[in-house]
Amino acid sequence: MRLPQLLVTASPHLKGPDTTPKIMWNVVGTLVPVIAAAGYFFGFGALLVVFAATLGSLLTEWVFGPKGSLRDGSGVITGLLLGLTLPPGFPLWMAFIGGVVAIGFGKLIFGGLGQNIFNPALLGRAFLQAAFPVAITTWPVGGGGFWDVRAENLSLPFMGLGQTDTVTGATPLGLMKFEGVATAVRDLFLGTIGGSAGETSALVITLCGGYLALRNFLNWRIPISIFITVAVLSELLHLLNPAYPGPLFMLFSGGLMIGAWFMATDMVTSPVTHKGCWIFGAGIGALVVIIRLWGGLPEGVMYSILIMNAFVPYINRATQPTVFGTRVTEAAS
Amino acid sequence: MGDLFWIFISAMVVNNFTLFYFLGLCPFMGVSGRVYTALRMGAANIFVLTVASICAWFLNAFVLPYAPYLKLISFILVIASAVQITEMTIKKLSPALFRALGIYLPLITTNCAILFMAWTQANRGYNFFQGLAFAWGAGAGLTLALVLMASIRENLLFSKVPEIAKGNAIVFIIAGILSLAFMGFAGLLST
Repeated sequence: MRLPQLLVTASPHLKGPDTTPKIMWNVVGTLVPVIAAAGYFFGFGALLVVFAATLGSLLTEWVFGPKGSLRDGSGVITGLLLGLTLPPGFPLWMAFIGGVVAIGFGKLIFGGLGQNIFNPALLGRAFLQAAFPVAITTWPVGGGGFWDVRAENLSLPFMGLGQTDTVTGATPLGLMKFEGVATAVRDLFLGTIGGSAGETSALVITLCGGYLALRNFLNWRIPISIFITVAVLSELLHLLNPAYPGPLFMLFSGGLMIGAWFMATDMVTSPVTHKGCWIFGAGIGALVVIIRLWGGLPEGVMYSILIMNAFVPYINRATQPTVFGTRVTEAAS
Repeated sequence: MGDLFWIFISAMVVNNFTLFYFLGLCPFMGVSGRVYTALRMGAANIFVLTVASICAWFLNAFVLPYAPYLKLISFILVIASAVQITEMTIKKLSPALFRALGIYLPLITTNCAILFMAWTQANRGYNFFQGLAFAWGAGAGLTLALVLMASIRENLLFSKVPEIAKGNAIVFIIAGILSLAFMGFAGLLST
């Protein structure tokens, strides 16, 4: 005789159709146009940089990660995003190391997917910025043939940066900060400017990020609150002192677009609650304006997101909603 | 007023004692397990720094001009005993405050962050109020780092950190990452 069985499971009992791999591969898909734009503006070398960073991430994930973790697509995203935030003339071996650090110290050391505190791609880039400050601030200009690979791309470890016969130019933010020259908003919007491989075209990134927001694969509150904070703060400062750049320049220059749409919205490292997302985005926006206008560096999106990542556990604690039915006094204590 | 504010902000975020100078790491590693204790530790830090700043200003203004070779030893002695006396006074006057701060005070009176604060304040020739702003900025910075680390570590309790990185190793790695992130403030306000 079989005993009657009672199956007890923990909530949630209703499950949506979106699985982690599905969302991740969707994000990879929306990054394809951004990568294509990088190739269009900076040629084959930029694609090689993205490829090297991704290779580094995937190899690390494969060697040290749990079995089968390559299939969920998160390692690919980290590598692609890291590659897209690097200068197109970045040495490939450095990009590879960046990928290794991003996955190894950004994700696996915390226990793998879903448990990291900091955005792995940005952590990899912060490491590269600290380790190779010259290489990561050398911005080759676009143009030339598609297949022209820059000499710096192919340089080897400990051999210097190769022949320096590439034409380099400052990014719009660098021009603004150190020479006070503004770039036309139209160029910033379309992406025909100097900068990291995938960050230049505000148009392409917004379209791709907007698609993800429509599919609800990212919380739209985060990019919107970043944009609002940056726009309002820079407009106020611009009115007080016209030497400061206006809101359109601040929004479309540097890594703000790719940071706001793809980095800050990382599901693991952004707050859980909607209220927390507004706070998180406002914090990033304020820090971006502070670092860009008064800091020693021309760009601060990466650092702003990393710093706010560190605040996320605290924001989650502070914005924890009251469970329905809890007494007010209990919730307050 | 303006320079007091810049001194405060500079000591708090730009040259954060923990994340920029790597000072006061013992409380940073030891008492950052829970947000509640981290806040207490931060408050105790601010308290001791305030006492230390007043002592250092006094020594710098009235004693050290006559005996400059006493700098280090007098800072250690005077700050430690001043904190000890204050602690005993608090114990007598306000047992509640003593319970909140008391157990941490002996831990940090001889901390490197405290000594560094007094030393730097004397070296930069800060006056009384600049010294206080510096001390409070440093204290606020230490509290910020402690609370951030504590909230991250409370989160990590749910993570499957690999065996090799458990315990202090992961705390050091997070401290390094935090320090990398705070590098973004480098050069802030210097222009």
